[in-house]
Amino acid sequence: MTALEPLRPFEPPLSFLKPAVYFFLFRAVALTLRAGLRSQPLTTQEGSFRFFPCILNIMNRRKVSVGDFLFKVGTSSFALVLVFLVAAIGMVLCYQSWPTIREFGLNFWRTTTWDPVLGDFGALPFIWGTLYSSLLALLIATPISIGVAIFISELCPQRLKQSLVFLTELLAAIPSIVYGMWGIFVLVPAVRTFEGWFPEWLRAFPLFSGPRVGVSMFSAALILAVMIIPFTSSVAREVLKAVPMAQRETAYALGATRWEVTRVALHYARVGIVGAIMLGLGRAFGETMAVTMVIGNTPHMSLSLFETQYTMAAVIANEFVEAANDLHISALIEIGFVLFIVTFLINTASRLLIWGMTHQRKQTVRTPVKSLETAA
Amino acid sequence: MNLRSLRRRLTSHFMSFLCVLAVLVALVPLGFILFFVVSQGIGSINFDFFTQMPKPVGELGGGMANAIVGTLLVCGFGAVLAVPIGIMSGIYVAQAAGTQRANVVRFAADILNGIPSIVIGVFVYAIAVSPFKQFTALAGGIALGVMMIPLITRTTEEMVRMVPGTMLEGALALGATRSHAMVTVVIPSALPGIVTGVVLALARIAGETAPLLFTASNSRYWSTNLLQPISTLPTQVFAYATGPYDDWHRQAWAGALVLITLVLICSILARFATRRLERMQTGS
Repeated sequence: MTALEPLRPFEPPLSFLKPAVYFFLFRAVALTLRAGLRSQPLTTQEGSFRFFPCILNIMNRRKVSVGDFLFKVGTSSFALVLVFLVAAIGMVLCYQSWPTIREFGLNFWRTTTWDPVLGDFGALPFIWGTLYSSLLALLIATPISIGVAIFISELCPQRLKQSLVFLTELLAAIPSIVYGMWGIFVLVPAVRTFEGWFPEWLRAFPLFSGPRVGVSMFSAALILAVMIIPFTSSVAREVLKAVPMAQRETAYALGATRWEVTRVALHYARVGIVGAIMLGLGRAFGETMAVTMVIGNTPHMSLSLFETQYTMAAVIANEFVEAANDLHISALIEIGFVLFIVTFLINTASRLLIWGMTHQRKQTVRTPVKSLETAA
Repeated sequence: MNLRSLRRRLTSHFMSFLCVLAVLVALVPLGFILFFVVSQGIGSINFDFFTQMPKPVGELGGGMANAIVGTLLVCGFGAVLAVPIGIMSGIYVAQAAGTQRANVVRFAADILNGIPSIVIGVFVYAIAVSPFKQFTALAGGIALGVMMIPLITRTTEEMVRMVPGTMLEGALALGATRSHAMVTVVIPSALPGIVTGVVLALARIAGETAPLLFTASNSRYWSTNLLQPISTLPTQVFAYATGPYDDWHRQAWAGALVLITLVLICSILARFATRRLERMQTGS
């Protein structure tokens, strides 16, 4: 061992921002003072209170009852807690993962060896597993959930509507641990027999190679698909509900069939539906328990559906409690941090798309589907 | 021409058929899961399950009494944290609807709702477990509370906005201040909806496993101490389901049945309670 490292003075990260912070503080003070000076004090003509313009301004404001003031302050301070929480999660995770970020930098995300005992951390297999399983799940779930949304909002009789909505919501309410149990005891054996039936000549392809054990990427994708269907379909339903009735009526008036009318509505709602799909993707990225229980938990990258793999959320769940050392913990937290950032971005994008759709002010009239024009 | 309209009609029918098929495909897993959980769980659920402690490894029988108490404690503590924050911020968003600030808060709620539960577990580990070097029920409660807040905020907001605007205006016209009108007129009529929102959030949160794995952790002993690790129903089900013994699997199914019954009852109750509000809104 070498001698103790010389102590370095602690320099907080982002300290170069200090001048900017002072600048904005100064601006804020100056603006408040100016606003206060501009307001005319009502109580005095001499302007003797002008030395404390800000305080005076509060007293001279439009009469607001004490109750209203307290109500507003009370509710908004609780609302601030919410905003603060999101920021705090991001900052705490970033701070805690700093050791690995400094030690490995981008190599953390480029290398494939994950060996906590030797202190070698490469997270690429986990990213691969998360991306691959989520995209597969999306591939299965998207057509189904859009079909469900179309059926509930466009086709189904009023009486059936309520119960169908209730049933799909129930699908979202089932705890993921129950999905996981069902996965282990029912789905995995079923997948195993399916893999057994699989024709031998197809197994030559990399997509279908691998052992026939049942716990596999395929099981994980299936169970993920089932879990994200309710989310995607309920948002897609909301978006379809926001399509103005006039759109559909116009198409009907032109002699369109039911499916053609639905296509008009879908075309109108396309942005929001993309948002709904992205929301499902965000869910799939973060899903932990059910995937952990069926994916097999072995960190290697493979294109094969029948190969056991690993995901980011699963590695956190499995290794966190038995972490070998501080660096291991920090590495796991960094995975969590990236998961946070990715879901943050995906959710932001999808919310923006959905809000743009459901809060649309102007109703733009779009031309109906092409085939209609020629059909008439 | 005739052929073309025939083709269009056939396409329309075919697509409708595909949509029906999609609904069936989506509901089949639900049916399967409910069927398996009930058929496997009902046989192994008995009085002992609710009153007995887990038996040592290798012995048959025993129950999950400690896990049930643990779930109640942890969820209760989470609710104590989340209910005031959730309801107050929900009221704030509903009342300041349309302003920039309300949108920011609503956006934060959506983001918080979308953060994976495992990440929230890691966050709470960093702030409430690692400084004290001890898994605690308290930390589990915090994690569940953080997950509950956005759920409660969104339902509260929706429920308050469902109350017809004429009621608020009527109260204002009678000379009430805004806060007085909110507290005495609007919020009481939204209250059943808000309470259901809380119950529903509790039901959702009671089944969460990922954030509890390294906050409340697990224990095989009876514990009501908030400063000790505690066992909860979902973590116990996870431990038993991934364990090697048939008897454990049996108990895991029973645990899953209890969880799913909880969710079902809460969802059905919620439907009845919100129906009243919906009727009020349509004015019939």
